[in-house]
Amino acid sequence: MKITPIIGLEVHVELATASKMFCGCPADHFGKPPNIQTCPVCLGLPGALPVPNKKAVEWTIILAQALDCKINLISKFDRKNYFYPDLPKGYQITQYDQPFGENGKLGKIRIRRVHLEEDTGKLQHEGQQSLVDFNRSGVPLVEIVTEPDFRSVEEVDVYLKKLQRIIRYLGISSADMEKGSMRLEPSISLSNDGSLPNYRVEVKNINSFRFVRMALEYEIKRQQKEPHIQQTRGWSEAKNATVPQREKEEAHDYRYFPDPDIPPIRMSNEQLAIIKEQIPELPEAKLTRFVKQYNLSQYAANILTDDKNTADYFEEAAKLSDQFADIANWIINKKADITTLVPAQLVEQIKKSQTAMPVDKTALEQAIKTVLSANPKAVADYKKGKTAVIGFFLGKISQAVKIPANDMIRTVLERMLNAR
Amino acid sequence: MDIKHVAKLANLPLTADEEKRFSAQLTAILNLVSQLQKVPTKNVVPTSQVTGQENVFRDDKIETERILTQDEALSNAKKTYNGYFVVPRIFKNDH
Ligand SMILES: [Zn+2]
Repeated sequence: MKITPIIGLEVHVELATASKMFCGCPADHFGKPPNIQTCPVCLGLPGALPVPNKKAVEWTIILAQALDCKINLISKFDRKNYFYPDLPKGYQITQYDQPFGENGKLGKIRIRRVHLEEDTGKLQHEGQQSLVDFNRSGVPLVEIVTEPDFRSVEEVDVYLKKLQRIIRYLGISSADMEKGSMRLEPSISLSNDGSLPNYRVEVKNINSFRFVRMALEYEIKRQQKEPHIQQTRGWSEAKNATVPQREKEEAHDYRYFPDPDIPPIRMSNEQLAIIKEQIPELPEAKLTRFVKQYNLSQYAANILTDDKNTADYFEEAAKLSDQFADIANWIINKKADITTLVPAQLVEQIKKSQTAMPVDKTALEQAIKTVLSANPKAVADYKKGKTAVIGFFLGKISQAVKIPANDMIRTVLERMLNAR
Repeated sequence: MDIKHVAKLANLPLTADEEKRFSAQLTAILNLVSQLQKVPTKNVVPTSQVTGQENVFRDDKIETERILTQDEALSNAKKTYNGYFVVPRIFKNDH
């Protein structure tokens, strides 16, 4: 019998606005002393009135648009009611039935909804008590929910990296998992016939792509042995396993209702069009264009477009010189520190290195080609990131051209490796 | 009416006596309110707002003058420690 994992994802992303979602406190809370960025609104003091941050709303809509969502022309905020010490009001302001975006897609994965809410405070457990810090309380948090469309751990990994790239391109969040500004919650069940099972296991508290992989792989094994029951589990780094979380059933009765403090939000198609214009060229489109316009390999274009700054840097340099492959190679192999060199200086350095060429370029390229063709396994290793094989290649090549390996040979070698 | 469930959701500890008393009272209140069901609303658009306001926003600016100091923030707390509010430990129950 063939078992298919059925996986869905909820991703939470903290927006990088200057101020919080419903008040003017600073949103950047990482590493700050506790409780120095609070006010009556985000402490939930009686009578305080929340007012939505316009930029957070626009950024949520931009993300929803980038994910091909249908944008609701009328949206509202709702209260999700529950008691927990990190939630001073006794409810979280979120969006229930009228989120900003619905029915989108990223690749072949369908996006169910993109909505905006407020983050909670932070709890630290010490002995029999918990310490509460409300600096994070009220920070704008976007939630991106997929349909249960993933059929393998690999697909989840690809989706998460794509999503992180898009968020960073949009400049709306650092999406930094170590700082907790991107948090992941997969749900997984196993199906015998490909249809949706009537249970799912949610795994909470995951803060790295690697742990998502490990948690899902663990669950696939576990669920083949244990009974299929609806459950919430957490990833335990210490045990390298998912563990059941104690939960009270009542906790899920959230009694959502529209937040009477916040008037509804109405967007016109004209306003949405203006917001949409702010979307820059997205990673996939840029990658395709780089391959075409600069004649780069998929491998090189992929690395260059991984973050927008590197891509922009490359394009700046490419305006000054048409040696696109060399520029790409210097950036990819970090032969120059692009954080200190401006693109013009990089182009200058590349030129200089080439004028100092001690062997005939054609002969060298021919020698490299021969060495690479004779060692396909080492080439494959290099592609997998084992850059140590460079030394092996350099030895072979310098034997062939009968001069000691030098920087120039290395440059040409790396360029040709990246182009393969 | 499951009074225990409602009490738990409201985070209220009730004695057995109170459970009995409030159960009757709550049922009476619900019956009273349920008269609203008789109002014909077939042609009425649902609303959660009566102010007529829409799109009330604030610009993304830090309002320094509204931020409380740590001492101010903690001033009504029963227990504090090193700048934190202190509460009895509650078992993990994520939302
Ligand atoms: Zn505040």
